[in-house]
Amino acid sequence: MKLTGAQILIKMIKAEGIDTIFGYPGGAVIDIYDAIEKQVGLKHILVRHEQGAVHAADGYARANQSVGVALVTSGPGATNTVTGIASAHSDSIPLVVFTGQVPTGLIGNDAFQEVDIVGITRPCTKHNYLVKSVDKLAATIKEAFHLARSGRPGPVLVDLPKDIVQTQVEFEEPSKVSLKSYKPNYTPNKKQLTKVVDLIRQAKRPVIFAGGGVILAQASGEITRLAKMAQIPVTASLMGLGAFPGSDPLWLGMLGMHGTYRANMSIGHCDLMLAVGVRFDDRVTGNIEKFAPDARIVQIDIDPTSIHKNIEVQCPIVGDCKAALKEILRLMDDQSPEAFINNRPEWLNQIAEWKSTMPLKYDQGKDIIKPQFVIEKLYELTKGEAIITTEVGQNQMWAAQYYHFDKPNHFITSGGLGVMGFGLPAAIGAKAACPDKLVVDVAGDGSIQMNIQELMTAIESKIDVKIVILNNRYLGMVRQWQELFYEKVYSSTNMENAPDFVKLAQAYGAKGLKCTRPDAVEATLAEGLNTDGTVVMEFVVDREESVYPMVPAGASITEMLLV
Amino acid sequence: MKTNRYLLSILVDDEPGVLSRIAGLFSGRGFNIDSLSVATTAEPDVSRITMVTKCEPHIIEQIKKQLHKLINVITVNDLTDKKYVQRQLALIKVNAQPEKKADILRIVDIFRCKIVDVGLSHYTIEVSGDSDKHEAIVSLLKPMGIIEIASTGSIALAREQNGKA
Repeated sequence: MKLTGAQILIKMIKAEGIDTIFGYPGGAVIDIYDAIEKQVGLKHILVRHEQGAVHAADGYARANQSVGVALVTSGPGATNTVTGIASAHSDSIPLVVFTGQVPTGLIGNDAFQEVDIVGITRPCTKHNYLVKSVDKLAATIKEAFHLARSGRPGPVLVDLPKDIVQTQVEFEEPSKVSLKSYKPNYTPNKKQLTKVVDLIRQAKRPVIFAGGGVILAQASGEITRLAKMAQIPVTASLMGLGAFPGSDPLWLGMLGMHGTYRANMSIGHCDLMLAVGVRFDDRVTGNIEKFAPDARIVQIDIDPTSIHKNIEVQCPIVGDCKAALKEILRLMDDQSPEAFINNRPEWLNQIAEWKSTMPLKYDQGKDIIKPQFVIEKLYELTKGEAIITTEVGQNQMWAAQYYHFDKPNHFITSGGLGVMGFGLPAAIGAKAACPDKLVVDVAGDGSIQMNIQELMTAIESKIDVKIVILNNRYLGMVRQWQELFYEKVYSSTNMENAPDFVKLAQAYGAKGLKCTRPDAVEATLAEGLNTDGTVVMEFVVDREESVYPMVPAGASITEMLLV
Repeated sequence: MKTNRYLLSILVDDEPGVLSRIAGLFSGRGFNIDSLSVATTAEPDVSRITMVTKCEPHIIEQIKKQLHKLINVITVNDLTDKKYVQRQLALIKVNAQPEKKADILRIVDIFRCKIVDVGLSHYTIEVSGDSDKHEAIVSLLKPMGIIEIASTGSIALAREQNGKA
């Protein structure tokens, strides 16, 4: 069967079980778009900016637990994907990004819309390719998907010169991917796992610290079973939210710079930390010297470079989190359950005391809406079942603190890179993957403006997303730092000059709602969430509300500012 | 913390961009490269990179793991604490004034080097050996007036022991 490169591309994407891709056309990919128009089965969602395509693919990948795909043209189309790729790289999200390229004969000649995107994205992809022969196209695409989803997942970029996608060739099914240089180690060392079981039995003050790796490995069931069996309290990084039920009594809340008092104190006082699928980011550890000073640390991760990178651990385990936890549970099942809960009441009482003395709190008065109150009401009205995407900054932290995620893959945020403008396109991607789910983007007034053009994508493609804007007319997180550490010099963080978000929503064809009073928050949310179609809900909130607790940069995570 | 000198022998896919991936990894993560030597091997499609780096002991572990994480890197062999043979090649162009010619020739003889180019007032000397030998000959030739030096990075192979590497 003779196929063009463009047809091979579509065939190979479909073969990976992908039903939706996100993209934006241009001269170098016009043949691919022509082929897309002439096929069925692969849906293409036209975004309004290439950055949006990559974030949407990211949201799709996370909600669907599959690989997200973006397709863009050469030159500026390709460079516009860099932020999205870097975000997915930080968060280990499996993506394959296809970029158009000038014809092979013109590469290196500074042709129109030519950039060396393979060179540009080398440090922020798991791997990338320039396809130089149509004979290698199918195998390269297959390899790209294999790399994106296996081992520690990540974004892979495939650069497609125009002549490659135009050329016809006899299509041959590529053989199974086998790379001599890439064989991720999924099977953890049994001896080490036996040691973990011993450590759990000896521990008096254990804590589980779950990260994004637990969600990627689909191991939240195992984490939950382990925690309950041995009565071990659980905290998580931002990326790990949902790995353990947020409504469970053993849940400590998020850890780190804006972690809960009890989570941070538990880390400060634990004697055993089971760190699963984490990389000990500086936002989690604070001052490394004072991080978990009394603990023996077990770290389970598929990526050997995550181990001993920031934190010295006593019991490193390289392998798949799910496989490791399963084996730990199997070893524990052989022993009496009582053996694992020694001294636990004392530890759990201590944590309960930390919880009752310093819970997350805010003071909702009668006149001004507190942003935390909006998130709490959102949680109540959606029964905690919505997929929440966020922008970056205070909105993101309040969503993380006050929306109690019970299930994995329901919190989609740009954790590592911290990309403002992530939430709206990610919500579109998540909704495209899960049309039956309610998807809500929790946004700030600053960050929503960074990719506001994607409202048109949602409207055009009838992908209904709900957007909650917490409008404090500031770049709130930077303002908070300026308040605390820069003598309230609010340099360039005042956002009072903003569009009318209701009219803006209407201009795009969405419904716009505005709420200025605490007593109307619930009704506004209810109306917005129950209206079909894309809805923008603007909440005018307290201008100078800050996110607490807060660990100042460089301090120990037990040294929190609490009010 | 004290830094050590490490010698890594890295087998990689012989593909465009591989060297850039490795160089980018080092610059992006703030690791140092002291010397680098790249050439093909007996196996087609495989190149060997011999690298010398100076760093703290915990950093070399990261370097090795990060190198291994690159898709095009096949193996990373740390030769530092193993038995190995190591060579570096240098061409040293030195001032050869008539009264110094005999001295230079004696040094060349002692170090078992070769004179590969002769001019009216210069010799170009080929030196092959480990880095100690290079340092020694350079310090001896310095008083004569070294005009230019071109030197390769180190190349190395592990020694065979009882028929095994």
